[in-house]
This record gives sequence, C-alpha cells and structure tokens, in this order.
Amino acid sequence: MSGDEKDGPVTPGTGAGGASGPSGASNASSAGAAAFGPQEIARRDVSGAVAGRAREGMFGIAGSGDTSGFGGLRLPAYAPAPAERPYGGWFDEVADEATAALADDGGADFDTCVHQVTVDRGEMTWYVDREHLVRLARTLRDDPALRFEFCSGVSGVDYGEGVPQQLHVVVQLLSMTYRRRLRLEIALELDDAHCPSLVEVFPTADWHERETWDMFGIVFDGHPSLTRILMPDDWNGHPQLKSYPLGGIPVEYHDAEIPPPDQRRAYT
Amino acid sequence: MTTTDPYAASSRETTEGTVYTVTGGDWDEMIDQTAGDERIVINMGPQHPSTHGVLRLVLELQGEVVTDARLVIGYLHTGIEKNCEYRTWTQGVTFVTRADYLAPLFNETAYCLSTERLLGIDVPDRAATIRVLLMEINRIGSHLVALATGGMELGALTGMTNGFREREEVLHLLEFLTGLRMNHAFIRPGGVVQDLPEGHEERIRSFIKVMRERLPGFHKLLTGNRIWRQRLEGVGYLPLDGCLALGVTGPILRSAGLAWDLREVEPYLGYEHYDFEVPTDTAADSFARYVLRVEEMSQSLRIIEQALDRLEPGPVMVEDAKIAWPAKLSIGADGMGNSLDHVRKIMGQSMESLIHHFKLVTEGFKVPPGQAYVPIESPRGELGAHLVSDGGTRPLRVHLRDPSFVNLQAAPAMSEGGMVSDVIAALASLDPVMGGCDR
Repeated sequence: MSGDEKDGPVTPGTGAGGASGPSGASNASSAGAAAFGPQEIARRDVSGAVAGRAREGMFGIAGSGDTSGFGGLRLPAYAPAPAERPYGGWFDEVADEATAALADDGGADFDTCVHQVTVDRGEMTWYVDREHLVRLARTLRDDPALRFEFCSGVSGVDYGEGVPQQLHVVVQLLSMTYRRRLRLEIALELDDAHCPSLVEVFPTADWHERETWDMFGIVFDGHPSLTRILMPDDWNGHPQLKSYPLGGIPVEYHDAEIPPPDQRRAYT
Repeated sequence: MTTTDPYAASSRETTEGTVYTVTGGDWDEMIDQTAGDERIVINMGPQHPSTHGVLRLVLELQGEVVTDARLVIGYLHTGIEKNCEYRTWTQGVTFVTRADYLAPLFNETAYCLSTERLLGIDVPDRAATIRVLLMEINRIGSHLVALATGGMELGALTGMTNGFREREEVLHLLEFLTGLRMNHAFIRPGGVVQDLPEGHEERIRSFIKVMRERLPGFHKLLTGNRIWRQRLEGVGYLPLDGCLALGVTGPILRSAGLAWDLREVEPYLGYEHYDFEVPTDTAADSFARYVLRVEEMSQSLRIIEQALDRLEPGPVMVEDAKIAWPAKLSIGADGMGNSLDHVRKIMGQSMESLIHHFKLVTEGFKVPPGQAYVPIESPRGELGAHLVSDGGTRPLRVHLRDPSFVNLQAAPAMSEGGMVSDVIAALASLDPVMGGCDR
C-alpha cells in the first residue's frame, strides 16, 4: 500500500479494490494551513467538485511555530484532487471499459458524462453530470466487463452555505461479479436541486432517494412516489441541511441557559 | 353460474304447513360475488406486537389475501446522523451505537473503520481481534433475538423464552467485557476504549460451552416442528434476482443461494485469517433464513474460539497520542471512571498532560478532509458507514447504510399475494430493527 504519496494517485491493492484497507492519507489540510493567511481565504477558483467549506476560527492553526494553536485558523475550501492516469489497480480497467461501452452506444462520451475522477484512500469517485447519470448507471450495470449490478445506497451530503454546488448526491455501487466498489457523485446547486432518479435502473434506490429528498430536499425526477419517509408527511424543511438547526431549544438548567448544541462554542 | 338466490331456502309443504330447509350458502359463489369490489384496507402498527418494532403496515386485502402491502417507517427517527455532525469524531461512537440497537458493536465498528480510513491509520492487532471477538458475540445475541421475536410473532412462545434466555447469556458476557449490556461505545476510533478485564478468557470459554449445549435446542424445538415448518416453508419467497434488484443482503441474500458475506469476500479486521463457513440455502424462504441464522451462530462460536487463541498481549489503542483517548478507565469505589493514576498525573504532576487531555477531550482530533465508505457484515447484511470530513474535529456528514432500511423494501415483494399471517412470517424472517432503519 502506498501511504506516503501526497498528491499523486493512490495505488489500490490489486483485486481487492475498495475493500482494501486505508491507504494514502490525504494531507491537504495540514499542508494548506501554514500557506494561507487571512487574506487568502477567498475561495479557490475550482472548476471541479468542491467538497468542503472554507473554515476559520480562533484556534486550530498548525505549523506556525506557536504550539498553542491560537492565532486564527484560515483554511481554504477542500477540493478533492482529480486523479491522473494511471489510477492504479482495477480503476483504470473500469474507466477504460466504461469509456468503450459509452462510445459503443453512440451517446455522450465518458469525459462528458464524468466531470472528474478522484481516487482517494483506495476508493474511486466519479463526479457525474446529472444529464447522463441514468445512462451511465445502466451501462455500469449491464456491461459484461463492468457489472455493477448492486446499488448499496443513495445518500446526500450538504457541504454548507457558500460552497458552489453545495448539495451532493452520493451513489455507492458494488460489483459482486468483480468485487469492486465505485462511488458516483452528482453535485447540485441548492436552488436547482434536481437529480434524475435511479429507480428504473436500481429499484433499491426507491427508499434511499425518498430519504435523500426528505433529509436534503433533493428532487429525484422520475421517482415513482417521492414522498417523505423518515419525517412526518406535513413536516417543513429538510433536517440534514446545514442551514437547518439541531434542536434549537435552549436548555434551562439551574437558572443557567445552555444554548442548543449548534450554537455553542465550536472548535472547528 | 345460476342466478338463483343462494340464501333462498328450499321448502316443502306438510300437513303442519310450509317447512323451510335452511342450509349454508355456497361459499364459492359468495366469494365470486363479493370479490372485485370487496376491498379491505387494514392498518397494522405502528404499535403492534407482530410488526417487529414501530413499523406500520398498510395492507390491502381481498378476503385473506394481501393484494397490496405498503410499509410506513420513520417512527423511530432520532436524528442520529444529524447529531453526529455536532460532536467530535470520538463522541460520534455513542450516537451510532444506538442506531441498530441489537447490533451496537457493528455500528461502532463500521463507524470506526471508516474514521480510521479517513485518518489513514490501522489499529493494533489486539484491538482488531477484540473487535472481531465482540462482534461475533454480538452476532449471536442479535440472531437469538431474531429467532425469539420471530417465534413470538408466530406464536411459538417457547422459542421466544428460550431465545431471550440465551441472549441474556450474551448480554451478561458483553456487560462483563465492555461494562454495558447494550450501547457499549467500547470500540473507538484508533482501537477499543480499554483492554478486556481479567478473567475474560474463562468467561468467554464457558460461554462457548453453554451456547454449544443450548444451540442444538433450537433444532430440537423448532426445526422439526411441523407447525413451525408449515408456517415458514415457502413463505416470504424472494429469489436471487429480486434480492439484487432490491439491494437485499445478509441471511436473506444467502438464503437465495449467493454466498455473499463481506467477512469472506471483502475481509476487514483480519477476517481472512479465521476459518469459518458461510452457510447458504437455495429455498429462498423464511424457513431457510431461520436455519441459516442458527447455523451462523455456530460459525460465530468457531470464530470466537479462534479469536481467543489469536489474542496476543499488546496495545489496544493506536500509539499516536494525538488520536488515542488520553484517559485510561479503571474501576473505582463508585464504579467505572477515569483511573486514579491518570487523574493524579494530570492534576498533580504534569501540566502538559492536563492540557493534552483537555484539548483532546473537548476539541477532539482533526481528520483530513475527504470521504470514506466502509461496509461490514452485520447480522442483517451490509452495514456501511459513509463519513465525510472537511478537515475539522467534527464529521461533516455521517451516513449509515443500514441493512434493515434496505431489506424492508423487500417486504411487499415477499408478502403480496400471500395470506395475512404469512406477512408476519415474512417480516420476521427479514429481522428488521427499526432503530437502525429510521436512525
């Protein structure tokens, strides 16, 4: 296992793929901490996916020589680095097969469907264009050399306000035939949170998508009955959004008022 | 079909007057007449002893036949995933352990393995072996509840009492090993919270002995029981293609013939070094799942034995003091708490230790940004923890792919077209735990 590379692609164990243990620790945060002063907090202009918000606080700076950590934390938003060829292990094989399979049926090619390929900690993520999601998923499922016949789950992530395309839909695919795992990610704007439904390709996505709608407010177009599943039918708001408070009721205890957890002092 | 009135009684004239002979109606004709527009929608649950927790079923019936089944969940939604975002990575363990409350150690392990992949660390061998040991003990307890509640729902009450009696052994053992019967929070990022107590080996070996004696009792009581077989055989049928399409894993998938066990196909925590079998069946019905669960408990006993043999002395937490929990627990006069040695050190001897303890406990450790998805084989199937970090001391997102949630989707496919009583049997064979399903 390659554990020391910082920016290069991580080489997964051959064959075991996503099932292999942790590999390739990413050190983007600690490397960036010292280099960015308060004025550089302005977001990096990234064309690819952004997965995190810029962070600031009183404590947490590292590498400045001041061991107390006080002095202001200024971290730019994290953006997963695009992987470069060769990805290593079976990752190249899957990407090649998908490229060939997509070219065969005459639709959009691989680079149009997949904006970015990221290999991190032995897991491969494809950042997918939502227009081509269903076709790509069908190809991944049906192509004899790919055979991602099992969808482990569909879920969402909210990276918080201020992050471009802050909502992400995360699809975990599994190939039981080849014992490989692949993650598809679709980045969405908060005010255009629409994603095509995968139910016609993977029926198991039904409840997963209902949960993602319920928790994040992401609309899965083409879903047979997109209704709330965990919260009551008449609930307002989508609880897993970062803008939705946790609890929100101050606790009174011995005449002292304790703020709800999301308003307490935070060491980010 | 005749147009005569089926309720019309035949009559004959006697000297006493007209005598009517009243007979039962023709049931076939009656059903023919009422079917079609005689639709009953019944609601089972959420508080119903036969729906396996706070699960609600909306069944559309024609006579006794279920034509349409819908499941309503969410009654046990507690916002565990949301809460984790406001706590440190270590505190998250105490939340996720409460999700699938029958398999708390599996939730903890999945969460910790995912955290450790984000951190890029490996736990010491002894910690990995202890995790395996605890998980397999927990698997037995979980399967016993599956049998016990399944038996109760089908009216096999001795199955219920025996199952819960055996599970009590499991809980006593887990209490001795971890300090708590359930919601252990024993497995932490970087290892386990403390070493196993003195005398653990004898306790575990005597537990294995007791379980070896008692597990065959289920075969004697239920496996050959005609009623049990008639209630379960051919009921809740879900073949392999249905399992794959609906994302079903665990004993249900294995009852359809696919030997898919993540311990075997994607080994974690050194499972590749253990010698055990993955029992399968091809009947794809509730009875096959029952038999598989009993067999899996025996296999778990084998793994526990091997784990005991593999247990070498050594650390149970990573050496890195930036991650490892600073305090060591010990039993004092008032129960389990911080060890007096540690308190003496941080309060009387070392200011740096106090600062370190304070920082790590209040602030927590930082996790490099990125995401990880680690699946493990819980008693119910694939339990995956998808964690996202933005580089801070708290998770940006915690998502548990809980097998109960996914497997429940298969309930309509298993029960539509069958009788109402078979819905109960099919649901019991799914063994959903609503704490994990709703999180």
